[in-house]
Amino acid sequence: MSGHAHHGPPSAPSAVAVTPPATAKAPEVSSWKLLATLAIGGAAAGLLVVAVYKATLPTIEQYAAAKEATAVREVLKAPARWDTLYLQKGVLTKSPTSGEDRKGLPKAYLGFDADGKKLGAAVTAQEPGFQEEVLLMIGFEPSSGTLIGFKVLAEKETPGLGDKIERDTSFVSQFAGRIAPLKGVKTRNATDPSQVQTITGATISSRAVIRIINHAVERWQPLLAAYEKGRTK
Amino acid sequence: MTTALALSPAAALDFVPGAPPPATLRADIWRGIAAENPVLVQMLGMCPTMAVTNVLANGIAMGVATTFVLVGSGLFVSLLRKYIAHEVRITSYILIIATFVTLADLLLAASFPEISKALGPFIPLIVANCLLLGRAEAFAAKVGPVRAVADGMGMGIGFTLSLAAMSAIRELLGRGSLLGFDILGPHWEPWVFMVLPAGGFFTLGLLLITAAWIDELRRRRRALEAK
Repeated sequence: MSGHAHHGPPSAPSAVAVTPPATAKAPEVSSWKLLATLAIGGAAAGLLVVAVYKATLPTIEQYAAAKEATAVREVLKAPARWDTLYLQKGVLTKSPTSGEDRKGLPKAYLGFDADGKKLGAAVTAQEPGFQEEVLLMIGFEPSSGTLIGFKVLAEKETPGLGDKIERDTSFVSQFAGRIAPLKGVKTRNATDPSQVQTITGATISSRAVIRIINHAVERWQPLLAAYEKGRTK
Repeated sequence: MTTALALSPAAALDFVPGAPPPATLRADIWRGIAAENPVLVQMLGMCPTMAVTNVLANGIAMGVATTFVLVGSGLFVSLLRKYIAHEVRITSYILIIATFVTLADLLLAASFPEISKALGPFIPLIVANCLLLGRAEAFAAKVGPVRAVADGMGMGIGFTLSLAAMSAIRELLGRGSLLGFDILGPHWEPWVFMVLPAGGFFTLGLLLITAAWIDELRRRRRALEAK
């Protein structure tokens, strides 16, 4: 019922008199006109969306980069600098061959302290938690598998219960110094460096964190070792 | 037979079937806030009402984003109402709404990335909120751009206020905080139930009862005054 372009022309009063405009039969609109309406509308909408996308993209990417840097700093306990390594064709490299989109490659961050001593590596890993995928950034010392720390980058666990894997500081802080593969327990034996205490009420989410860390260390350890070997050669 | 039902040519030109009766701008705005509040009276947009009102910041952001889309799409639907053929009007409205939703999504991601992340897919889903298509079809397509914008503002403010009320109650009881600031102190044991979906239904029920009760009280008072 948009407007009146399709109603009978007002210059035909007799037709209007017999049938009120509300029930007037709209004359056939040519398909070309409908097509033109949608084509012009679609093109205008597309242009507008692309313009705003282009305008906002730098800010959005800047934010993502800043967030990544904050996470690396946090899980490697404030490194002075770090190298970004890209996993290309099963090999870690500082400079991936061009032609491939860098953004799409899995990344590892190798952190160093002010004296150039290697602190450890930070990697991201994602696996199912209690409800949805949990995305972690994990910092660890590759040769021994000793953890430095981890940070939850994304989770949709139960608010107030499962999301304690992010908010419960006593759970998060206990990972530093633990050696993978980790085991989740209800009460920790203080002398066992592989044990991690799970959160009461968030057992499945805690176990998901432990599983993600174990898998990530298992996956990245040989890759990082191969990279070190290739560099010292 | 050109008598009773016959309209003068000028009147026929202005006649839009089902057009809302003339009203002042103030009335157009107030309608969405009170008498026809989208959530509490029309019960539209229940999906975001349930999904994103677990903390106050999310509720407000969703309300503001929806207001932006309501005003923008209302304006364009109204401006283009004489050019959009009847047969393709729904497609055209959805196109206009989807454009503004995409803009809202991008602008939110660029200005409030944390909130954008928390709202996740619910911003793109505004396009499926029946409130948007409802206002386009029932109001914006039948009035001038000024009234359409006023209606969009009113509906948006009404939607935002309802979502803010919902999310304030849920965050305060469910987390003991408001906008992330601790209000109820460390001794408050959070009612986790309130931030879960069940708490959403519970809170909405309470708000609907309260709105209906206030409505009833006002009606009784008016009846008494009339006597």
